[in-house]
Amino acid sequence: MTRLGLSVKATCCGDISAFPIDDDTFYRQDCFMAQRGSIVPFAGWRRTRLLGESPLRQAARSIGDRVVRIAEEVVGQDIDARIAGIKTHKNEVGHDPFGFDPETSRYALAVAALLHRRYFRTEVYGIERVPEGRVLIVANHSGQLPVDAVMIGSALMLDADPPRFPRSMVETWTAELPFISTLYPRLGQVVGSPENARRLLQQEESIIVFPEGARGISKTFDQRYQLTDFGLGFVRLALETDTPIVPVAVIGGEEQYPSIADFKPLARLLRMPAFPVMPQVFFGMIAPLPTKYRLYFGEPFRFSGDADDDDSVIEEKVWLVKSTIQSMVNRGLRERKGVFV
Amino acid sequence: MSLSKPHARRGREGSYRRPSARAPVARGVFGPTAQVRERVQPELVQPEPTKIAERRAAPTSGTHPKPALEGAVLVTGICGRLGKLLARELHRTDQVVGVDRRPFPDRPKDIVHHELDMRRKKMKDIFRGRNIRAVVHLGVLHDLRRSDRERHAWNIVAFQKLLDYMSQYEVPKLVVLSGANVYGPQANNPQFLNEDAPLLGAQHFGGMRDLIELDMLAQSFFWKHPSTETVVLRPCHIVGRVHNAASNYLRLDRPVMVMGFDPMMQVVHEKDVVRAIQHALRPGVRGIFNIRGPGEMPLSHLIRKAGGRPRVVPAPLAKVALDQLWKLRLSSFPSQELDHLRYVCMVDDSRARAELGFEPVHSIDRVLRDVRRLRYLVA
Repeated sequence: MTRLGLSVKATCCGDISAFPIDDDTFYRQDCFMAQRGSIVPFAGWRRTRLLGESPLRQAARSIGDRVVRIAEEVVGQDIDARIAGIKTHKNEVGHDPFGFDPETSRYALAVAALLHRRYFRTEVYGIERVPEGRVLIVANHSGQLPVDAVMIGSALMLDADPPRFPRSMVETWTAELPFISTLYPRLGQVVGSPENARRLLQQEESIIVFPEGARGISKTFDQRYQLTDFGLGFVRLALETDTPIVPVAVIGGEEQYPSIADFKPLARLLRMPAFPVMPQVFFGMIAPLPTKYRLYFGEPFRFSGDADDDDSVIEEKVWLVKSTIQSMVNRGLRERKGVFV
Repeated sequence: MSLSKPHARRGREGSYRRPSARAPVARGVFGPTAQVRERVQPELVQPEPTKIAERRAAPTSGTHPKPALEGAVLVTGICGRLGKLLARELHRTDQVVGVDRRPFPDRPKDIVHHELDMRRKKMKDIFRGRNIRAVVHLGVLHDLRRSDRERHAWNIVAFQKLLDYMSQYEVPKLVVLSGANVYGPQANNPQFLNEDAPLLGAQHFGGMRDLIELDMLAQSFFWKHPSTETVVLRPCHIVGRVHNAASNYLRLDRPVMVMGFDPMMQVVHEKDVVRAIQHALRPGVRGIFNIRGPGEMPLSHLIRKAGGRPRVVPAPLAKVALDQLWKLRLSSFPSQELDHLRYVCMVDDSRARAELGFEPVHSIDRVLRDVRRLRYLVA
């Protein structure tokens, strides 16, 4: 016991001064265990507390690192190299102005890579068509949970060369939710507003857009792969910032959570956009069904014109994008052998 | 030297002319308005955007030392930390007149200080007795412990009086220090607010109403009196040795953070704000400008960089606890200010960079060192 006590004392009082407190790179280092200087587990916890690293966070970090290693072995790709390969626009103090944190994102990318390669076995076609620089990636939305966004994002990160880091625009109310409001910006998600989108495109970033919005994601099973109305905002944004639009068809999302009805009164009560009734959840299958995802990237559209044109003029361009995605979806459905293969 | 050509005389000499107590000159359409323009001949300090450069009429000679602009700068609220900093910077080039309710014992010798309430009639005598070329309004009461009535009387009524005197005596420049708080932290804010964003700061926090009204008053003065160049500065959280909520928060050893929230934050050094005010005092500059500091970072990083360790508390608990501590006068933060720890309220300073020519020079390390230094001095 005395030995334990001594070691605790030695490590907690040892060289605090050697590590300046305001050096926030210290607690990000991987060799934290090596620097602890004792073989007794958690002997250095006092010092880590002083440096702002809680034991909980330390545990989370070690689990996260393990997940990254597992994902790298399973996928056969270097996750850290992919994260390092993306271009971000850091400000004067070395942070992304929108809060993107590569440290958190590597864990998320590891999980997404496992889903992408193993769980949904995603096939990606035509990703080389995504042009360099600013781009709007417009896709059909499906599947009750936004797994399609994760699949498109991981395809751009893992399959595109060099890796592209896409941002997606999330609902405003997510910023009011604790933990989610911290997590989303760290993963590069941005609260959906025209100002934010404009700023990101001016920084030559890529944005994933689902013009169907909540209408598309909460479709019931009988309406699967039928595109609902598209909003007009994305075309106006593309015209204003002179951005190419890449249409993407996502196949496989509609079958992951088949929903038989939308229970509207409960949705209103819970202030949710929809309350899907999903039979698989009643049978205890909370995870999505392991359908096979297929992503088809189309040729980019480059529109020109006035961003403030009448709705009728903009609608023509929107219709062009929508009909392209619909025909790509139809072709993909014809070509696939089955939902799970 | 005859007094018949006062403007010509002023143009040659750098000396300060104290006119006798006389009524202000009525300036009509054809009258001495041109002379007013002439009086405000700018000096060349730095290369500036073309817009401002166009307004310059006469070039100054390069060898001659920089002449001070004619007339004095009136600084209200000069005894605050920011006011003192501004006074020390300004009095080297300009004549500074200070107005504050508090005394200013350690002031530089050439600063004339009036210890008075802005609502008193003596304020008018200052305008009447001196040639005031600019007014910098820093005398804003932020203390939320004061009653609503007192804050309204000070922030709105006194400011209105000040504006009345300014229009009566045709002061050519007004600089008002507002703040980015007037936009208010909201979940649906864009990441960077520009100057056209609505002022919604009072939506969840009634204590902000005065400050928004003050900002609006300055804006309406901007439109009503085009002959006065009105500048409204909206800096993000000013930190340094000042005693405001943001600096006091960063000085805490264990500042409270709301569990599950870690918004991006902007801070700006007090001396950068002083520089921005000096930029705003140059002739030809008018409008509303957001002022941003050296860069934005998550709140948790900011606290750790300042040497603190965040104390993470769930939002409902933090609200109840802060309410009680506020009632018992143990805390200086009202619970409504917790929104600043949850949602973003950051500004886009591209207009200030382009039109004001202002860029922050103090790095984030310097900013936080100054915040910390005061804590160690106190402790």
